[in-house]
Amino acid sequence: MELELRGITKRFGLLAANDGISLSVAPGQVHALLGENGAGKTTLMNVLYGLTQPDEGEILLDGEPAKFGSPRDAIAAGIGMVHQHFMLVPVFTVADNVTLGHESSDFSRGGLGGSSPRGILGRGGLLNRGKARRDVADLSHRYGLDVDPDALVGELPVGIQQRVEIVKALIRQANVLILDEPTAVLTPAETEELFRIIRQLKEGGTSVIFISHKLREVQAIADTITVLRRGQVVGQRTPPVTEDDLASLMVGRNVQLRVSKQPAKPGEVVLDVADLTVGDSGGLPVNGLSFQVRAGEILGIAGVQGNGQTELCEALMGLRPTVGGSVTVNGRDLTRASPRARLRAGVAYVPEDRREDGLVGTFSVAENLILDMYDRPPYASGINLHLPAVRANATERIQEFDIRTGSPATPAGTLSGGNQQKVILAREVGREHKVLIASQPTRGLDVGSIEFVHRRIIEQRDHGVAVVIVSSELDEIYALADRIAVMYEGKITGFRDPDVPAAELGRLMAGGADSSGVPGATVEADGALLVDGAQPVREADPAHEGGAAPDGDPGYDGDGAPAPADQEEA
Amino acid sequence: MLLTPGPPSGAASWGGRFAAPVTYLVFGLLDILVFGLHAKGTVTFSFTPEFAKVRVPNLGLPAQVTAYVCGAATLALAAARLLEVFGVVRLGRVPRRVIIGLVLFLFVIALLAWASGGQSIPFNVVNLLAGTLSDSIPIMLGALTAVICSTSGVINIAIEGQLLLGAFCAAIATTVTGSLWLGLVCGALAGSLVAALLAVFAIAYRVDQVVLGVVLNTLVLGLTGYLYNAIMVPYGNTLNSPATFNPVKIPGLGDIPIIGPVFFDASVFLYITYVLLAVIQFGLARTRWGLRTRAVGEHPVAADTVGIRVLATRYRNVIIAGLIAGIGGAYFTVGSVGSFGPDMSSGEGYIALAAMIFGRYTPFGAIGAALLFGFTTQLQSILSSINVPIQSNLLLLTPYVVTIIVVAGLVGKVRGPRAEGIPYVKS
Amino acid sequence: MTTPPPALPSPEPGPSTTGPSAAPQAEDEDAKAKDGRSFGDFLREAVQENTVTVTVLALLSATVLGGLLTAFTNSGVLHAWSNFFSAPGNAIAKAWDAASGTYVALFEGSVFNPHTISALFQQASFSTAIHDGYLSAVFNPLSETAVQATPLILAGLAVALPYQAGLFNIGGQSQFIGGAIMSAWLGYAVNLPFFVHVVVCVIGGFVGGAAIGWLAGEIKARTGAHEVIVTIMLNYVMQYFLAYLLSSQSLLQASGSSNAITPAIASDAHLPLLAGTHLRINAGFLIALACAFAVWWLLNRTTTGFEFRSVGANASASRVAGMNVERNWSLVMLIGGGLAGLAASTVILGTDFTLNPQSYGTYGIDAITVALLGLGRPGGVVAAGLLFGALHAGSPGMQTATGTPVQIVQVIQALMVLFVAAPPLVRATFRLRAARARGVSTSMSKGWNA
Repeated sequence: MELELRGITKRFGLLAANDGISLSVAPGQVHALLGENGAGKTTLMNVLYGLTQPDEGEILLDGEPAKFGSPRDAIAAGIGMVHQHFMLVPVFTVADNVTLGHESSDFSRGGLGGSSPRGILGRGGLLNRGKARRDVADLSHRYGLDVDPDALVGELPVGIQQRVEIVKALIRQANVLILDEPTAVLTPAETEELFRIIRQLKEGGTSVIFISHKLREVQAIADTITVLRRGQVVGQRTPPVTEDDLASLMVGRNVQLRVSKQPAKPGEVVLDVADLTVGDSGGLPVNGLSFQVRAGEILGIAGVQGNGQTELCEALMGLRPTVGGSVTVNGRDLTRASPRARLRAGVAYVPEDRREDGLVGTFSVAENLILDMYDRPPYASGINLHLPAVRANATERIQEFDIRTGSPATPAGTLSGGNQQKVILAREVGREHKVLIASQPTRGLDVGSIEFVHRRIIEQRDHGVAVVIVSSELDEIYALADRIAVMYEGKITGFRDPDVPAAELGRLMAGGADSSGVPGATVEADGALLVDGAQPVREADPAHEGGAAPDGDPGYDGDGAPAPADQEEA
Repeated sequence: MLLTPGPPSGAASWGGRFAAPVTYLVFGLLDILVFGLHAKGTVTFSFTPEFAKVRVPNLGLPAQVTAYVCGAATLALAAARLLEVFGVVRLGRVPRRVIIGLVLFLFVIALLAWASGGQSIPFNVVNLLAGTLSDSIPIMLGALTAVICSTSGVINIAIEGQLLLGAFCAAIATTVTGSLWLGLVCGALAGSLVAALLAVFAIAYRVDQVVLGVVLNTLVLGLTGYLYNAIMVPYGNTLNSPATFNPVKIPGLGDIPIIGPVFFDASVFLYITYVLLAVIQFGLARTRWGLRTRAVGEHPVAADTVGIRVLATRYRNVIIAGLIAGIGGAYFTVGSVGSFGPDMSSGEGYIALAAMIFGRYTPFGAIGAALLFGFTTQLQSILSSINVPIQSNLLLLTPYVVTIIVVAGLVGKVRGPRAEGIPYVKS
Repeated sequence: MTTPPPALPSPEPGPSTTGPSAAPQAEDEDAKAKDGRSFGDFLREAVQENTVTVTVLALLSATVLGGLLTAFTNSGVLHAWSNFFSAPGNAIAKAWDAASGTYVALFEGSVFNPHTISALFQQASFSTAIHDGYLSAVFNPLSETAVQATPLILAGLAVALPYQAGLFNIGGQSQFIGGAIMSAWLGYAVNLPFFVHVVVCVIGGFVGGAAIGWLAGEIKARTGAHEVIVTIMLNYVMQYFLAYLLSSQSLLQASGSSNAITPAIASDAHLPLLAGTHLRINAGFLIALACAFAVWWLLNRTTTGFEFRSVGANASASRVAGMNVERNWSLVMLIGGGLAGLAASTVILGTDFTLNPQSYGTYGIDAITVALLGLGRPGGVVAAGLLFGALHAGSPGMQTATGTPVQIVQVIQALMVLFVAAPPLVRATFRLRAARARGVSTSMSKGWNA
């Protein structure tokens, strides 16, 4: 099926999230949509999937205009979507999730049987779970997806959950599969697996729209690349194409992909984490983890989401109780200290979820800027608040950090992601501190904000702060870290210098054993995709099929895998 | 969410972990020190109602010993739970719930040993059980209502108002038309009317659901109180003297000793409850409606993206659930005492909510918890009738204290449906 | 910490779309302000788009519905309407009379009754008029409104303050009873010098209520149980506990009769009257106003209030910022309970002078409607308290004059809250445009979508 988008425009208020976008996807092709956060990729896909209506423009399927009033229409037309945040009900089984909404259709035949209540499956709405199970098993075998229909989705690792999403789309006879930032939560090896699946789908005639902001991946898998910037198409390319070309299309200027930094001058050990263990009803998300950070150095903790990073940060901040090990700052044991005591002891924290944990959305920017200092002079004496001091501080910080807001009294929840992060950063580094812990500091931010945040973090390092960055973006780790630690299943699987090849990191991220620790030790390249430009690396060979063996693949771990990222914590 | 997370889990925060063993300890001590020490004579339990075909022999036990034994057993269970807290033993979820049941059962035995020990008339267990079932009816039906609404993602605090309006309308309808069944139907419709208000304000206007429920309850309370004074009191004969349903005995089943008179010789409302329980339990677990309802309550966005109409599903479920609460309300009037009185439901709607939470948001669990609360109410009335030396007001407050203890101490961490209480906004 | 629920696919650029999209509109507004608008435009906008308009219309709608209810449960009216087609004018006139009669009576009982003026001027001399209370009679309705408003304001604050901290305190009744028990007992059982006695009784009321409130807060903090269920259960528990205490003379019951009632409060524990002996308005009213101010100051000018508001708005972020969420819950429930206890003090020591099993009246329930109508803010609570106080003051007279049962007041209160809670409903009914995000409507919507 040939899919074409013509002149799609979608506005939100005065902002045009999509502005006259046109592109076409040929059958059996992988069409990549590249753009930084905020370029309009997700909006475009929401239009295509029927989640929202375009203000102008049309969608054409095989030359015929199509209107999608809701996802139902899009699904019926053969469009399937795997969202960035999975649309799976954690407490349901795989089979239930896959058949939800289409329980009475007949899947075993080619057509999409009617969803009448008296469908072929049972009468009166009774669920036919046996058939659902069989259908899911059949389909997943056919494409090499291998999911267990009876598993509870909430207990599956993220990579497998993604496969469930794909099965969900395929079972509805999708001809066009939209993948929205699919590799954000995958190890390099799992990414390679995904690419294998995509190639298999291609062979079967399914088209794939691959949305990403990762240059390397897009080059590796796409047949055509469309670059979006600020809601408009700024270029189309056919690989091979240079990274600089794509990057400057994406951002509109010559981009310094990496903020320049001086070599680190590390001082004494400031933060000492020894054998830290955090318990949970499901197991030990942090299991005997140790590391040290010196003043004036940045330790980057790399790892795929869901290996205990969230629990580690919470434990470091006293938000989660530990069952073993210790946390020491400048010799002072903070293992049992309250969050407040740790903040006072000079620990600054930029949490992973800025909206939920970093800011009080209905409070003003000014109030948020003193959220952890409101009871100290000059903002308060005793129980009395000194509002003029609060306002003065706000004015100063807003200017210093270039926070775009109507006034200091604007509710922080209305700010853009980048500005919200600036508020949090301004608050945390504005106070006396010796340690800075930042978790996923640039998630969801546009390139300009990413640059800003990175620059500030490096600035802090240069002032002698001991910085810990936890990030699942290898680019960020390479950009910032003076030393890299890899986290897998609650432990550090290895420490490396920043010139380590990505393949090695990928191996450690997937649980590979820490070999001699000699950089550049020979390792089979399974998924060397996410490396940044500065290092000479072995490129992944797109023609090399079966880059990962189906069995014993370290990236696919059915048992004992860490709890997936969007799992509820008990 | 009806249960907000407390302090982080896994800690030795004394509320969370020690609540259960301490509670059991308290029960055990009560058994021994209060009941055991003051019990005297023999306590005789009888298991046969007056006009039964088959007579079951009475059971006589020495009162004081019985109480001591119950206390000792409870303390042993408390010790077992304490060992589990310290990690010495591991108890699964089912044994833990069995222990809760046992502790409460032993407590009741000890209580009865003390209360009824030395009395000339044997304590009729069948009456106690049958009374429990009938007292629990409004709570059971209310709890089923709560389960449906919560599973769909809507917190229904207005059950109290649904019960009350159901009682009111059933009374009037039956008095005016002379038909009991019409009264029942009107009660059901009244309940769904309140539910419809809740649905509109909660789903369309996205008002905070907890606040909304309380306000609706206040409205119904005021409205029924006003109408009672304005038209029911002056025109009692024409508006507020309904007939009541007679108990119905199911032939055959009703004659089984002990079980028969309790479960199968009772009010029509109880039979309705059985049917509803079966239908709802089956429906939620095995039908398309159930799967979609649960999806809408757990992850409405995912449901929306597969084409399920989230808001319509919520509306439909809440309004249908309101019918059930309305039937529960009708029980107060045409199912038992007949005429309506102000604030007849006296908090049972809220107890129904507690029952749902205690029952872990499942139909069977909610019914079980509802029975527990009904039991305390029944026990209180029986105890006052056998002249136990506790002032009547203190007895009257026991069901409410039990609810607090259960919700605070014994429930532990219960997670409701993830999207419960969160209005759904389409982007 | 809970991980965030998967977000709706939202457009990335610009501010979030789940809240009011204030940013683009704010820029638009600033531009307009610079251009200047005519006074007519300004007035039209103020009326059509202002949230105050919506509130006033909501109150009016509730009043109208209440009037309809009153009219059509009146037997005379029903009789006239059964003959509607033969005498339509009569039917409508009767309905109007019944409804308006109710509201007129309410007004006369709460604000001003013209008959008192004529009675005043019929007196022989001014001094006898004052001495016999004819002058006071003119102000009596207002005095009664203040008297009725006093416990409502305090009880409303008891709900509003925890509301700011994210807790819904429906236990006003239990906390009221706790305070009533303490202040009554201190009032009759203890002997203290003149001024000290009343102060101690008032403080005792606060303490009694605070204890019950603290209990509910602690249960929530330690076990995570929802405060709605716990506080409602406590309401019933305290209700029966009070009856129990009043059932035995060894406890609180007065000797000499079998009535369930305490002995009379000592006269030096009465709250001083403010306007002479013919009017009931007493120092309790001043206490209520002072507390409203204190609550406002606490919330907006202190670190404690900052914590309360932060915890109420986002408990997660507050925890990360170092605040102790559970301690705040306990503290706010303690203060809230204390305020409800103070409400009891003003009733026991200001008007009733004794305690009986029904002393808690409807204060617990009214507190909720007062707090909600006042949008959870101290200023609003005072306004709502005065409004509902007026309704309560006028209702006995209304029942006498028109035969309408006093419960209509509760119905009107609940309807008012419902309509105020759903601005879209009122706007749709009256075809108003949505108010712009000027900060007022944003803060209102915060309360309803906690």
